[in-house]
Amino acid sequence: MYKILRRKELNPTVTLLDIEAPLIAKKAEPGQFIILRVDDEGERIPLTIADFDREAGWVRIIFQIVGGTTEKLNHIMEGEYIHDFVGPLGVPTHVEGLKKVAVVGGGVGCAIAFPIAKKLHEMGAEVHSVVGFRNKDLVILEGDFNAVSDKMMLMTDDGSHGQKGLVTNALKELIEAGNKYDEVIVIGPLIMMKFVCALTKEYGIKTTVSMNPIMIDGTGMCGGCRLTVGGETKFACVDGPDFDGHLVDFDEAMERGSMYKPFERHAHDEACNLFKKEVQ
Amino acid sequence: MPNMSLKKNEMPSQDPNVRNKNFKEVALGYTKEQAMDEAARCLNCKNKPCVTGCPVQIDIPAFVQEVAAGNFEAAYEIISRSSALPAVCGRVCPQESQCEGKCVRGIKGEPVAIGRLERFVADYHNENCKTKPVKPESNGKKVAIIGSGPSGLTCAGDLAKKGYDVTIFEALHLAGGVLVYGIPEFRLPKAIVQKEIDGLKDLGVKVETNMVIGKVLSIDELIEEYGFEAVFIGSGAGLPRFMNIPGENLKGVYSANEFLTRVNLMKAYKDDSCTPIMKAKRVAVVGGGNVAMDAARSAKRLGAEEVYIVYRRSKDELPARAEEVEHAEEEGIIFKLLTNPVEILANEEKFVGGIRCLEMELGEPDASGRRRPVEKAGSEFDIPVDCVIMSIGTSPNPLIKSTTKGLETQKWGGIIVDEATGLTSREGVYAGGDAVTGAATVILAMGAGKTAAASIDEYLSNK
Repeated sequence: MYKILRRKELNPTVTLLDIEAPLIAKKAEPGQFIILRVDDEGERIPLTIADFDREAGWVRIIFQIVGGTTEKLNHIMEGEYIHDFVGPLGVPTHVEGLKKVAVVGGGVGCAIAFPIAKKLHEMGAEVHSVVGFRNKDLVILEGDFNAVSDKMMLMTDDGSHGQKGLVTNALKELIEAGNKYDEVIVIGPLIMMKFVCALTKEYGIKTTVSMNPIMIDGTGMCGGCRLTVGGETKFACVDGPDFDGHLVDFDEAMERGSMYKPFERHAHDEACNLFKKEVQ
Repeated sequence: MPNMSLKKNEMPSQDPNVRNKNFKEVALGYTKEQAMDEAARCLNCKNKPCVTGCPVQIDIPAFVQEVAAGNFEAAYEIISRSSALPAVCGRVCPQESQCEGKCVRGIKGEPVAIGRLERFVADYHNENCKTKPVKPESNGKKVAIIGSGPSGLTCAGDLAKKGYDVTIFEALHLAGGVLVYGIPEFRLPKAIVQKEIDGLKDLGVKVETNMVIGKVLSIDELIEEYGFEAVFIGSGAGLPRFMNIPGENLKGVYSANEFLTRVNLMKAYKDDSCTPIMKAKRVAVVGGGNVAMDAARSAKRLGAEEVYIVYRRSKDELPARAEEVEHAEEEGIIFKLLTNPVEILANEEKFVGGIRCLEMELGEPDASGRRRPVEKAGSEFDIPVDCVIMSIGTSPNPLIKSTTKGLETQKWGGIIVDEATGLTSREGVYAGGDAVTGAATVILAMGAGKTAAASIDEYLSNK
């Protein structure tokens, strides 16, 4: 059992949890993920590590409520426990030797982009952060990104906060202004990563994406998380989750991600109904 | 006088057309009377050929004689001297090619049903024996076991009985390895596996779940920082293979590992499970091993109307146990033999719509001694299906190898060990089971766990 040390709602659908897991905190690196189960009957879901404190022994996750499991997870309060928490899994984001990097985050993907930006900043690299959200109410980690970025651009689809537009507009502006990036690291919805990659390909800038496909064990056992990268099948859990964005078959990844959509929607409604009943 | 019937006592089983709609155990087990009657068929021969066929050398005639006399606890006592998991082995061992394959009664008629008797004895003990095993006095020496499958459990049990302080590290949230994620409930009820694991805990074995060794802790850390004096690696062969044919990444294509893990470990077969699984109507399982049979029979139980086994050789070459093939046939699984998939076809929604196959014929024997399947020109045909399960084998997970200094492996990933001791290229580090051999059987893994336990005991006693 793993204790929730801190819980904070970042916006109506995104919650932050600091979970007591000293062994994982000791080894975790940006870009790696954990798998958790909320209770003894629960499914295993992967979530990328948003931050960690090796001394205090906690690992931070930030999740969006999308299905039954994340709905249940959102009802676990500070001081309570989740049943299983395993990691750190996957290969850490490769940051060595990078001097100037654009870190692009979209929506809850910013939670994963942040520890990478932080690590790059601590290494002394010049960090330009481009973060995008649908609107003002969904903005997360603005202060955190500001603290570790040499330049920061916050975009909203409707212009209700920061600048109006997409992250691709901002990134293009930065590139056009003469910024020469060693690498662009982008984490967010698949469709966003696809378009960022299309843009950076035009300019020939190396681009790393973090994939978050459907997964069960997270150790290479099931192959459910497989992707096509440069014409080869790769397992996101052990070969990734980071890949060369210019080689990833995003269309296939989007298709595969939709396999259980109807089931997820149903499971989420069921979980919600259950909690509604408890409240009554 | 021995019972000279040429036939085994038949195993009481659920009717095929009932059981192919539920996940309850297929074989129901002998009654006391059936067990005693069957045991009386044993001639108690002096040279005990059956024992030479058993990878863990259970004194088979001795336990069978006790069953014949109605002394079931005494029979259990004899089996448990050699086997840590009798209730499991009685169910999943390929007895026909081991103990029963050597039984002299099999020369004229059917061999003694040793497996069914082993199962009866273990179940009788589990139901009737209320005393817990006594925890032996500790010798204070710590041994780490990586993986809680059959080899790890066996190794842990043997060492715990000798007083070692044993900790099992399991990557998943539940102990049991392939016994819980792979073999389905209807062939091996999970309560039985749990009972065996609880028995180990009573002996003082600690089980740490959610511990991916190689990630959260390395083997070197276990030795240097946590004081483990010896390590046994029983991490299995969990990496699924695919055919690399077009369409393999379509929605609705599973590896057998994924499909069975969802069904078994994650309980997707239960109505109230929160694990999604495709409830397909027409399913093709590619492969002919026990895992393929498990996947096909599970798919049928989830409500599929037509389930095909697609296998490129003929029935004689099917690697699955004869009994599993028979059970699958009885339950209505359709065998498409001498058939090789070349492409998985998509429907309009990018889900699986069918599987394109070629007919094969058998040519000259290949390196494995089996006749090589050769494509028949122009024989292409499609089977309409909405789900494909790839069950063409697994390889050892590279995680341990890539994170353990100086651990030598074969090109294909198997850990290299000294066969007589299980010792790897690292002092104090032993390995066994599928991690060494590639995908094999439960009992072979148990045999390897036993060998390693004896070697570890010798190593630490002399250290």
